[in-house]
Amino acid sequence: MSSETGIGASVRRKEDKRFLTGKGRYLDDINRPGQAYGVFLRSPHAFAKIKSIDIAEASKAPGVVAIYTGSDLADDGVGGLICGWGITSKDGEPHKAPAHPAIAVDTVRHVGDQVAFVIADSVAQAKDAAELIEVDYDELTPVVSGADALASGAAQVHDDVPGNLCYDWELGDEAAVDAAFSSAAHVTKLDIYNNRLVPNAMEPRAAIGDFDAGTDEIILYTTSQNPHVARLVLSAFVGIAPEHKLRVIAPDVGGGFGSKIFIYAEETVCAWAARKINRAVKWTAERSESFLTDAHGRDHHTTAELAMDANGKFLGLRVNTIANMGAYLSTFATSVPSYLYATLLAGQYTTPAIYANVKAVFTNTAPVDAYRGAGRPEATYVIERIVERAARDLGMSPVELRKRNFIAPDAYPYETPVIMTYDSGNYPLNMDTALKLIDYDGYAARKADSESRGKKRGIGFSSFIEACGIAPSAAVGSLGAGVGLWESAQVRFNPTGSVTVFTGSHSHGQGHETTFAQLITEHLGVPIENVEISHGDTGKVPFGMGTYGSRSLAVGGSAIMRAVDKIVEKGKKVAAHLMEASVEDIEHAHGVFKVAGTDKQVTMAEVAFAAYVPHNYPPDLEPGMDETAFYDPTNFTFPAGTHIAEVEIDPDTGVVEVLDWAASDDFGNVINPMIVEGQIHGGVAQGIGQALLENAVYDTETGQLLSGSYMDYTMPRADDFPSLKIETTNTPCPGNPLGVKGCGEAGAIAAPAALMNAITDALGVEIDMPATREKVWHAAQSVQQAAE
Amino acid sequence: MYDFNYHRPGSVDEAVGLINEDAKILAGGQSLLPTMKLRLAQPSDVIDLGAIPGLSDISVDGSSVTIGATATHASVAASGAVAGAIPALADLASGIGDTQVRNVGTMGGSVANADPAADYPAAVVGLGATVHTNSRSIAADDFFTGIFETALEENEILTKVSFPVPEAAAYVKFANPASRYAIVGVFVAKTADGVRVAVTGAGGSVFRASAMEAALNANFSASALDGIAVASDDLNSDLHASAEYRAHLVAVMAKRAVQAAGG
Repeated sequence: MSSETGIGASVRRKEDKRFLTGKGRYLDDINRPGQAYGVFLRSPHAFAKIKSIDIAEASKAPGVVAIYTGSDLADDGVGGLICGWGITSKDGEPHKAPAHPAIAVDTVRHVGDQVAFVIADSVAQAKDAAELIEVDYDELTPVVSGADALASGAAQVHDDVPGNLCYDWELGDEAAVDAAFSSAAHVTKLDIYNNRLVPNAMEPRAAIGDFDAGTDEIILYTTSQNPHVARLVLSAFVGIAPEHKLRVIAPDVGGGFGSKIFIYAEETVCAWAARKINRAVKWTAERSESFLTDAHGRDHHTTAELAMDANGKFLGLRVNTIANMGAYLSTFATSVPSYLYATLLAGQYTTPAIYANVKAVFTNTAPVDAYRGAGRPEATYVIERIVERAARDLGMSPVELRKRNFIAPDAYPYETPVIMTYDSGNYPLNMDTALKLIDYDGYAARKADSESRGKKRGIGFSSFIEACGIAPSAAVGSLGAGVGLWESAQVRFNPTGSVTVFTGSHSHGQGHETTFAQLITEHLGVPIENVEISHGDTGKVPFGMGTYGSRSLAVGGSAIMRAVDKIVEKGKKVAAHLMEASVEDIEHAHGVFKVAGTDKQVTMAEVAFAAYVPHNYPPDLEPGMDETAFYDPTNFTFPAGTHIAEVEIDPDTGVVEVLDWAASDDFGNVINPMIVEGQIHGGVAQGIGQALLENAVYDTETGQLLSGSYMDYTMPRADDFPSLKIETTNTPCPGNPLGVKGCGEAGAIAAPAALMNAITDALGVEIDMPATREKVWHAAQSVQQAAE
Repeated sequence: MYDFNYHRPGSVDEAVGLINEDAKILAGGQSLLPTMKLRLAQPSDVIDLGAIPGLSDISVDGSSVTIGATATHASVAASGAVAGAIPALADLASGIGDTQVRNVGTMGGSVANADPAADYPAAVVGLGATVHTNSRSIAADDFFTGIFETALEENEILTKVSFPVPEAAAYVKFANPASRYAIVGVFVAKTADGVRVAVTGAGGSVFRASAMEAALNANFSASALDGIAVASDDLNSDLHASAEYRAHLVAVMAKRAVQAAGG
């Protein structure tokens, strides 16, 4: 650590002043001259044929500018939305990719599917007109559960996808796993459901399509986590405009959790329509639309089996999962229950043989895609639930069982049977640290106290791992990714010594404007208030792959470091010239260039000024101090840790109180501990939310989303949490120049299993998420009745 | 929201004169406005009671607490006089919705709307209150007639509710974790005329648990309720709680309310 604002300092977030004083500039804060407003008419049915759409009356309504239906898009050559990751089924066939029109053409496949886009001078006028559109539907029986979708006789969501099967994919050595099970002393089996979640970013999705007839450029303002990827997809695949005639701006974005990675119908239509009407058009989702159309998360039905020897040593793991994709494939949907999931099924353990089979299926529900953790929470949930259950089956301490199977701290690099090579870690240390935080030694006394008050107390563990820093381009390319997952950065000194960093990462709550600035302050000695981080505009940033998969610091930050290296290298040449020394004799640290062995020095600011006012300058050197770098990681990073939850249950009501929470996480080096702590808090909050409260429930008969508002969809609130006890262990990541691993998703990955293990420990029976009060009450009653 | 005519009358009589078949009375608007914004309600006229002098008054005498129709939940919760006379009533008001709702939502709006999961109806029935309108007085037991239905006539505006001061009372709510409405709320009051037990959230409308009242009249203690179950047949069943679970919760919340009331 070099200063109060360098690496390792809990610098207060630079961006918070504008956010906390209402000066943030979110999408709906932006208005373009002459802007019109768009409203989507959406399907009220889960599954129906569209027999006819009559827009005649609506078109005459006051203020209406235009009304578009799916056929208008098709007639204009606009392609459907794409899925950018190809998965190959075990029979060698590519995954089924049915058409995904931005506005439905002849069939609606989930409640909320787009049916028409109405543009008017005001939102109210557009809504009035939308009510005048007459759509004649022929309703069909929907299928909503992933488990039901494969049954014979189930509704066929797409005519060209027989049996609703998108892919039937496998990973691992099935024969080796079969052999492990045949020699096992114990087998533990568990059926679990990973409940479907609505992302619920605070800012709803929104878009403004704008068109400059003079330059023939479309400017799309959109709530995106990755504006360059949006531009690429909309240009290359959807055909909205050539890439150089499409600018995508993602301004301040109020949360994403994955749901704003994807390229959605609404922004596509806004960009296209702006040129059609030669006028800007804004669409802002209402919360009800967010519930119905933001890509949901999770929704896995899984059967897992764990084979062990007589000493509890894991021999083999067999996992069968049905993953609900929803009605259409969202942008990266196929990758989530496959390569982001099954590749993590080794967890923190030495399990030598693992086999996973995943069937991805279509249903009449909102599309499902990456949500905070994306596949990795589902993997951790499977492993940590079954390990805990195995400990109970064996009558062994869950701590001891885990420790017997942890990968040893000296075993890295460690190659798992599911294609990952872990680079570093210390799993026993995280477990021991968390045990101390929770005062495990005092647990028995606390449990006795609860019982004396008629309550049930439980403790649960979750030793999670994730693959972050997504990802080496060649590796993901070989697994089916349609893009490379490097990152870019441009570090531009201004002549006066201040710095603007252009990053392809995108901050929508993560605090990049502070963390990234700390890198510049640390390495180039620029006061943190003189560092500006610019992101989210394809017209400013060279290129970028965006923010997701806890990649921003490991990949985006590493790109900044590469650019910093170039700045230093060039700076040395300038400094050598200014001090009349040889370049080889120049030493650099924290923005000061010295001639080795002398007291001669110049500062980075002086060097930058000389580079822009090159009156006394090396003759063979380009002026300017502005360097761009691209960084492609060599491996994933592997954050890991142990979370422990302690709960008390009121058996009379089923109310679960989360009494205590301990988290020991290894994120590698930490740049800003306060921001890391905030990320853990947010992740754990979402994980507790999933385990206890949140649930996207569709009516199995009608396909209506029953939990479609905050009256019925329970978001976690501050009083649902204890004060979290957090420590980080810091095994530096050997794979990137910062030694960082990523922290954004860890809490959401670790928390559900820890909490459910605590609840099931208290109850003595297994239940599924969310552990609603009624479910817990029923379980408590059943245990009591069995005992009587 | 659809267009409507907005009225802000200066007196109850003026407000009554503005009522028509498609008009809606606006008190705090915490139920009406969301349904209008979602285009689920389309009133021709909205008659805002907010400017009528004296309609939000709270008064306490030796035998009763009288709360004006437009008194906000926050003002009832914060009233020392209410808390001194009927602490359970102030406590109930303090637990409605969230801070924002309590600052705007009103007693009269809640009672007149008769949401099956609202809190106030439990106090009205539990305390045996009297509902006053521009034209008459209605006993609590005659006021709530069904789901979102009351004895109020079309040309009638609720003006205030008088709550008799009980010997002891308590309200215990098992809140919906999402909406924080009552999944089950039980108001128990020991009054001069005997014990009253009013249950909200569980059924289509607030109702009295007569078997519990009888048991508590004999012995005002939680143990008196042992073995007394509410039939689940007519109770609500939804995403958050089955009828069976609600029936169980009524018994648990009733016991807790009796304990809180000193029994």
